[in-house]
Amino acid sequence: MNRTYELMFIVRPDMVDEELDKLISTLETAVTNTGGAVKNVEKMGKRRLAYTVRRFNDGMYVLLTVEGGGGLIHELERRLRVTEPVIKFITVRIDEEQKRLDKIKKIREARKKAAPVTPAPAAPAEGSEPAPATA
Amino acid sequence: MADETKAPVAEQAPSNETSAPAAPSSGGGSGSGPHRSGPRDSRDARGPRPGGPGAGREGGRKFFRRKKVCKFCVEKIESINYKDVRLLAQFVAESGKIVPRRLTGVCTPHQRRLTTAIKQARNIALLPFAGRLN
Repeated sequence: MNRTYELMFIVRPDMVDEELDKLISTLETAVTNTGGAVKNVEKMGKRRLAYTVRRFNDGMYVLLTVEGGGGLIHELERRLRVTEPVIKFITVRIDEEQKRLDKIKKIREARKKAAPVTPAPAAPAEGSEPAPATA
Repeated sequence: MADETKAPVAEQAPSNETSAPAAPSSGGGSGSGPHRSGPRDSRDARGPRPGGPGAGREGGRKFFRRKKVCKFCVEKIESINYKDVRLLAQFVAESGKIVPRRLTGVCTPHQRRLTTAIKQARNIALLPFAGRLN
């Protein structure tokens, strides 16, 4: 149940800030009710859309990072589909990507620590590094 | 055309063996020279026919025109996110199409991730499907 998802949605530009906050808090309660956790909410502000969506040329982007199961996302997307001001959304699963990035970072850290000490202890560390790094 | 098929058979054979297992089919399909060298190069960037500037059939006799390096490998950019539009827009043509790997020099795993990211960005209206980005 440790799936991390990134949910980005676009709200129509003529929406009031308070209504947007209300919408976000509704989504957050839905998340916590289903047993998930909201990790981050980021309002990316008004942006020009690359193409016209529902006759709008700009939109307010909101990024929501949540942790939970697949059923949670199903519920959130259902709500977003029904909500009238939301004009587009996309969900991306990011826990696998995070794992990969963390692994690369760890390898880099190990490499950095091993290098200034001596080349000798770094050799076994480096011997095991290229294999996962090239994967 | 006839010279292409008959004369450099010996020349083509070793190159085809190294770059692709489709050796018998290449003899038949050499009528469309530039097209043939296209997908072959995308499989092996060091291919004998760089597919260089358009009709690389005659001019591409020498090996690498320009050694193109993968931008992501060189700068060690690990995560290609759909959110960084500026990075993605470098690999998108004026028409909005994704630029092929043989023109940008990106390596295959990065090109695949780049393509996924561009398609995600298109879906969320950060990049256009077709046309110029305003």
